[in-house]
Amino acid sequence: MRRTGGQVLALKDISFSIPAGKFVCILGPSGCGKTTLLNIIAGLLKPSQGEILQNGIPIAGPTKERAMVFQSAALLPWRTVIRNITYGLEIQGRSVRDAKITAQDLINLVDLKGFEESYPRELSGGMQQRVNLARALAINPQLLLMDEPFASLDAQTREFMQLEIERIWSKTGQTTFFVTHSIDEAIFLADEIILMTARPGQIKASVPVALPRPRSPATKKSPDYHSLQDNLHDLIDQEFTQAIQKNITGLEARP
Amino acid sequence: MIGRVLRRLWDGIPLPLRNWLLALASFVILLVMWEVLPSTGAINVFFTSSPSRIVLAAQWLFQHGLWNDILVSLGEFMLGMVLAILLGIFVGFMIGWYGTLRAIVEPYVNMLNATPRVALFPLLILWLGIGIESKIAAVFLGAFFPIVISVMKGVKTVDPELIKCARSFGAKDRQVFTTLTLPACLPFIISGLQIGVGRGLVGVVIGEMLAAQAGVGHMMAQASATFQTDKVFVGLVLLTGFGFVLTEIIKQIEKRFDSWRI
Repeated sequence: MRRTGGQVLALKDISFSIPAGKFVCILGPSGCGKTTLLNIIAGLLKPSQGEILQNGIPIAGPTKERAMVFQSAALLPWRTVIRNITYGLEIQGRSVRDAKITAQDLINLVDLKGFEESYPRELSGGMQQRVNLARALAINPQLLLMDEPFASLDAQTREFMQLEIERIWSKTGQTTFFVTHSIDEAIFLADEIILMTARPGQIKASVPVALPRPRSPATKKSPDYHSLQDNLHDLIDQEFTQAIQKNITGLEARP
Repeated sequence: MIGRVLRRLWDGIPLPLRNWLLALASFVILLVMWEVLPSTGAINVFFTSSPSRIVLAAQWLFQHGLWNDILVSLGEFMLGMVLAILLGIFVGFMIGWYGTLRAIVEPYVNMLNATPRVALFPLLILWLGIGIESKIAAVFLGAFFPIVISVMKGVKTVDPELIKCARSFGAKDRQVFTTLTLPACLPFIISGLQIGVGRGLVGVVIGEMLAAQAGVGHMMAQASATFQTDKVFVGLVLLTGFGFVLTEIIKQIEKRFDSWRI
């Protein structure tokens, strides 16, 4: 599968699968085409070559089988928390009253009780991302797509949100495809990590994460966690070395 | 000693009320000076009039057809504004939404918006006569363009991330418009209205002064031509009051929707 934007090849020779009930992280540097890949899976972009199947059916556009959690919370500033969570359901034709019942469950799940009638600007960054998540979960998608949702949060909030994701995931068993550039985030959350390289985006390796669940702050101190960290760092270092060598040989080849 | 006590009393008043009292005091002093100075002979009452003479002139005018002038002006203004608001919002949305239409229409909008509207009045009089029609058109031309331009800007500034979010849920164009574009444009409609109201008011007054058979502007022009300064001031007070009230109303509406701004 590949997508070319103008003349730039963004992704090349990408092939993988996301098993039901699994949490798959895609890990890669900025500009490696992670978000492009996510947008293609969401059905927001069409690949110039190749295809993506969900349950054996090709993805042709956005459907209610997939929902996206955005990097910027992308909340409607004129809607309250609960009406932001009902937004996806309303788009899909559910009545507001009906959608609010679903939304209330999700408000409980993401721990936003008491903030139903608050506006996004009154919430912290972490809380906004909870609303963002709840809005996506509200449509009960088969596949949840998350695009670096914690990239703009401070380090502490980020760690806390990772714990929250673990807690929510263990409750819902939601099949999730999570984009990140943080090695720690990927290891902590994933069942499987797909490591990508840049320009054009390619898959470098697929690393299974067998750390026991539910994961907790203690997980990050376990020997298995550290060996995964080392493993991923090694793979990334390899990539650096290769890239540097490529540049040097490129220079020498110049007349 | 007394000064100290007064100072303490004054400082005890809450700041907003203090500011309001200051504004009121300065206004009262201005009125008193306006009344007293001409009677001392320091300034010529023929040019400046005075509050009491304005009140007398107003009384006389109200008994001799001022109500009719007010109704005519108000009618012209309201009709012109309603047309400008409805058409302005519609056209603004259309050219904001459809890129091709924008490419064709936007240059004309910008060109006409840059034209001093007064320069079009002689044409309006030629086309529509000296009745209320030319004044309605004058108001319309004043208010229409600021509204169109503001709404058009609003459509363009809808957060692309929000549109992406709506699309990811499978939103159709109509849904993107009603759930995102429309609410996101509300503050822009209001700021367009704010400029539009001022321009519309200018339109009606100047239109009436140039060529009309009735209206507050017409009354003022006639009074001026016959050296009746007091009557000119009556018209001025009416227009100032009306403009002030309108601006305040829009300020309140704007406050109501302030939270909608992204």
